Amino acid sequence: MHFRIFLIFLMLSGAARADLLIEITKGLEGALPIAVVPFGYVGDKGQPTTNVGNVVSADLGRSGRFKPLPVGDMLSRPTRNEQVDFRDWRAVNVENLVIGEVQQNGPGGYLVKFRLYDVFRGEQITGFSIPTTSRDLRSTAHQIADIIYETLTGQPGAFNTRIAYITSFRTKAGKEKDGTTIYKEKVQLRVADADGYNPQTIVTSDEPLMSPAWSPDGRRIAYVSFERSKPSIWVQEVFTGRREKLTSFKGINGAPAWSPDGRYLALTLSKDGNPDIFIMDTRRRTLRALTRHWGIDTEPAWSPDGKQIVFTSDRGGTPQIYQVSVNGGEPKRLTFEGKYNARASYSPEGRFLTMVSRLNGDYRIGTLDLQNGELSILSDGMLDESPSFAPNGSMIIYATRANGKGVLAAVSTDGRVKQRLALQAGDVREPAWSPYHQNERK
Amino acid sequence: MKKTRLAWTAIAAAAVILSGCSGTGTRDDAGDGAQVVEGGSGAQTAGAGAAGAWTGNPLDNPDSLLATRKIYFDFDRSEIRPEFVSILRAHADYLNSNRSANVTIEGHCDERGSREYNIGLGERRAASIMSFLEAEGVDPAQINTISYGEERPQDPGHNESAWAMNRRGVLVY
Repeated sequence: MHFRIFLIFLMLSGAARADLLIEITKGLEGALPIAVVPFGYVGDKGQPTTNVGNVVSADLGRSGRFKPLPVGDMLSRPTRNEQVDFRDWRAVNVENLVIGEVQQNGPGGYLVKFRLYDVFRGEQITGFSIPTTSRDLRSTAHQIADIIYETLTGQPGAFNTRIAYITSFRTKAGKEKDGTTIYKEKVQLRVADADGYNPQTIVTSDEPLMSPAWSPDGRRIAYVSFERSKPSIWVQEVFTGRREKLTSFKGINGAPAWSPDGRYLALTLSKDGNPDIFIMDTRRRTLRALTRHWGIDTEPAWSPDGKQIVFTSDRGGTPQIYQVSVNGGEPKRLTFEGKYNARASYSPEGRFLTMVSRLNGDYRIGTLDLQNGELSILSDGMLDESPSFAPNGSMIIYATRANGKGVLAAVSTDGRVKQRLALQAGDVREPAWSPYHQNERK
Repeated sequence: MKKTRLAWTAIAAAAVILSGCSGTGTRDDAGDGAQVVEGGSGAQTAGAGAAGAWTGNPLDNPDSLLATRKIYFDFDRSEIRPEFVSILRAHADYLNSNRSANVTIEGHCDERGSREYNIGLGERRAASIMSFLEAEGVDPAQINTISYGEERPQDPGHNESAWAMNRRGVLVY
């Protein structure tokens, strides 16, 4: 009996863990040496399966700004203040030390305590005690990583955030009359923690799903679904699964993008003959055309101040990025390098655009510095697409290919650190990094 | 099931024509059988009574140009390539002779470039086929278009030959 329960538990946790694996493929030079000791546990029930210290350590390492000391290289493993001997840490050249403890706190509850030290000055920099539950333990660990990151770098962390992405599983389902193989596809819209754990499927379809976009409060996702063999834009509440159809016009219904205040959606419709950008007031359900051009106008994105919209247009002969006031007017071309620049979006502080740029036939992730017009290519794949900034602007997540599969990768905005989030099964694509605020986890 | 019924209706219709009766005889048949008799294709099926020739809906004739439902495009282009003109003409003829027939034109792209831009490009390809058919006299009401962009590749490979197969327009009856 016990044995069976144990097996089931193992399978479940295995599935949750193995889904996205993160490996840092480049970077680490110049990273800050830090040690995060595995957290201790105080309680009469069994330890939680998540070790908060390990999650914190992995987060900090993933950012590329820190180089966590391997546990095996630690000379001691303190979990409480009085156990810390700074000489053990100076000896291995660690600048900062994190220790902590998880305490049982009522049924299903925990209290997580941690301290961050400056090793060379031999003093505590900060320390918190955070009540949580077994379900939210990983989330609490990400919060702690955020606190440490912000304390030591001066920038807010983005570890306690989520990513939405599309996963597709394709299987052979027979042959057509002309001999070509027919594929059956299962497409899913998923949401996972920013480190790839806790993936949850929020939409499943046997027809394409595209272009997930988080609302600024992180509670809703707009997306395109081809269910019933027709593209429509839907808005779905992440926590309840409740959804409604927003547009289903003749032709294209695509590329939804939320305004920073969450009231408007910019989107692409071709109901009047060819793809143009429209703005929908989601409260009044009114629609206004923003662009009117015979070319393809698509992939709108809002500036952080909500005053400008960038979009892709081939009005000049090749796809390039244009900017237009939300009130309309003549669009201004922003990209001039190369023959293919598409799918732009603003960095959170508005200084950069990230986009897909073709370079010698390869599609790469680039950034355009709007202050000096400089284009930097950050990725090195052949078919990289769908870049999305972390809400703190430190990283860009995007879709790439590895070993014949679609996978997600992230690169630091300065191009110094690269990492890959490798999914075990299926093709993964179209990542969208959530905003900071996420209330009410179901 | 449906195909069998269509074929039988066509044979019945051919028999009606051969026996010299007027089209009124087909009124006893199922609705879609009447399509086969009326217009140009009716004459084809009638003449096909001879051994070895096709009897049935011309859409199902593997020797007809209508059996080809896919045409291919150059990279980032939506113009109809010359080698596909005769195929599209055959489809236009069929639609012109069968005014109650409808076709959905799917526009597809290869995987390169951004996905929503490819939705736009796929729509342009579908529209290009639609314009061709309309110029040949097909009623726009018979045509529906949808762009799948790069979402539904025919060849799941990631090389030039796969991409060439995926930049396509598909006619679905």
